[in-house]
Amino acid sequence: MKRVLILGAGTAGTMLANHLRRELSGDEWSITVVDRDNDHHYQPGYLFIPFGMYQPDRVRKPRTRYLPPGVDFIESAVLRVRADDSEVDLENGRVLGYDWLLVASGTRPRPDLTPGMADGQLWHTKVFDFYTLEGATRLHEALEAFTGGRLLVHLTDMPIKCPVAPLEFVFLAEDWFRKRGIRHKVDITYVTPLDGAFTKPVASHELGSLLTDRSIRLASDFALERIDNERQVIVSYDGRELPFDLLVTIPLNTGQQFVIDSGLGDENGFIPVDKATLRSIAHENIFVLGDASNIPTSKAGSVAHFSVETFVPNFLEVVNGKPMTHSFDGHANCFIESGRGQALLLDFNYDTQPLTGSYPLPAVGPMKLLGRSRLNHLGKLAFEQMYWRLLLPGHKLPVPTLMSMAGKHEEE
Amino acid sequence: MPTNTLNGRSFQVNDEGFLTRRDEWDEDLALDLAALIGVELDEAHWAPLRFMREDSATSGITPTLRRMQTVGGFDIKELYRLYPGKPAKKMAWLAGLPKPVGCV
Repeated sequence: MKRVLILGAGTAGTMLANHLRRELSGDEWSITVVDRDNDHHYQPGYLFIPFGMYQPDRVRKPRTRYLPPGVDFIESAVLRVRADDSEVDLENGRVLGYDWLLVASGTRPRPDLTPGMADGQLWHTKVFDFYTLEGATRLHEALEAFTGGRLLVHLTDMPIKCPVAPLEFVFLAEDWFRKRGIRHKVDITYVTPLDGAFTKPVASHELGSLLTDRSIRLASDFALERIDNERQVIVSYDGRELPFDLLVTIPLNTGQQFVIDSGLGDENGFIPVDKATLRSIAHENIFVLGDASNIPTSKAGSVAHFSVETFVPNFLEVVNGKPMTHSFDGHANCFIESGRGQALLLDFNYDTQPLTGSYPLPAVGPMKLLGRSRLNHLGKLAFEQMYWRLLLPGHKLPVPTLMSMAGKHEEE
Repeated sequence: MPTNTLNGRSFQVNDEGFLTRRDEWDEDLALDLAALIGVELDEAHWAPLRFMREDSATSGITPTLRRMQTVGGFDIKELYRLYPGKPAKKMAWLAGLPKPVGCV
């Protein structure tokens, strides 16, 4: 019996378990999935919780409900991977051996790494994250009570999970204050260590104009050193200060502690892999799917989805001793809520930045790339059901796995 | 790709002026480039540039400020003092490396 061990039952790990259980014979292959708890969170839903659009319970379901029969689920944290022995030590004392290890343990926000963030007295009273269920829930209470003042929406440093979510948050916040009739009492600034609104030029330009249209200030090249809780200011490494009455921050992200403790990660705890095959550089029998690797594209569920679809046929080849013939292109596809009941859509990969155009078909669309539309917003809302019913079980979605240039307007 | 010429020597650069071939760089070129942005390179300035050259030689990637801190042992605040404004970009440019892309 050959053994596949999957660490993590989030977006990538659950898809892997479903795909591989269909493809690998139950007589020859065991598949085991480990996660520290049995709560699968629909993380795109965190964005809507601060604005009362989603209730917290809506985004949480049992992980085991989405794992197929014939897969063993073990609920325990992972202590370390001993890659040279092909064994994994679990917190519950068990030791699991493997023939193939698939690491799908994701990324996590680390408010503990910035002085004055998690250890400050304003944490979760005036300083919030929204990339955790608790943070998003507490932030909803704070927004309900907020009557005016300076709001900073702030991104500490890249890479972070879902790099468009901070922008979505700022657009939805602007809309929230407008609907409550207090927009004129709120001064909103988007604070980023990047030199513009987004990481890629065309999208950065389009999104930057939208910030201007909505009277949202942009503070760029701001690298946060610490939060001064006494004076309610954030301080950058070069000594700039921005005062706040409410701070919504995206903390630094790192990989999981067991990745760091096992010596598998880079300085941020992300595992170096070949970006086309997602195979660990250091260990031939380890692959890394989802946010846990160091591939140079967005840490996002869409990337996990497209990369799993490329990985599965490669994996079937490699376990049969054949060369891998499929190559992942870094494809990402993200809806960006822009407030006013509209959203934008981005579609890009390692080599092609987000461009304007229509998706998935030229001219017909029906989705609009990098332009706001009601349909994009409805697409984002509909994705919740697609996630649970189609994506996690590993069913084919009606979009191409590799990025296509069809419908995209080339740069001028 | 455009070619730049400075003090009689030529080198390939990208649209933003970053060197595209790491073997066209040497410390003399860094000195000449530094003069263009008003930085006088002393030992404190050289240390991070040398770390970046060595680190990227094995990794193939320009180190981010965070990596300079955690792996190289540099103090980020000090790097801002040495290279005011945009230290990561300035240092990569001076070290003849691509602009760091911690960011996608």
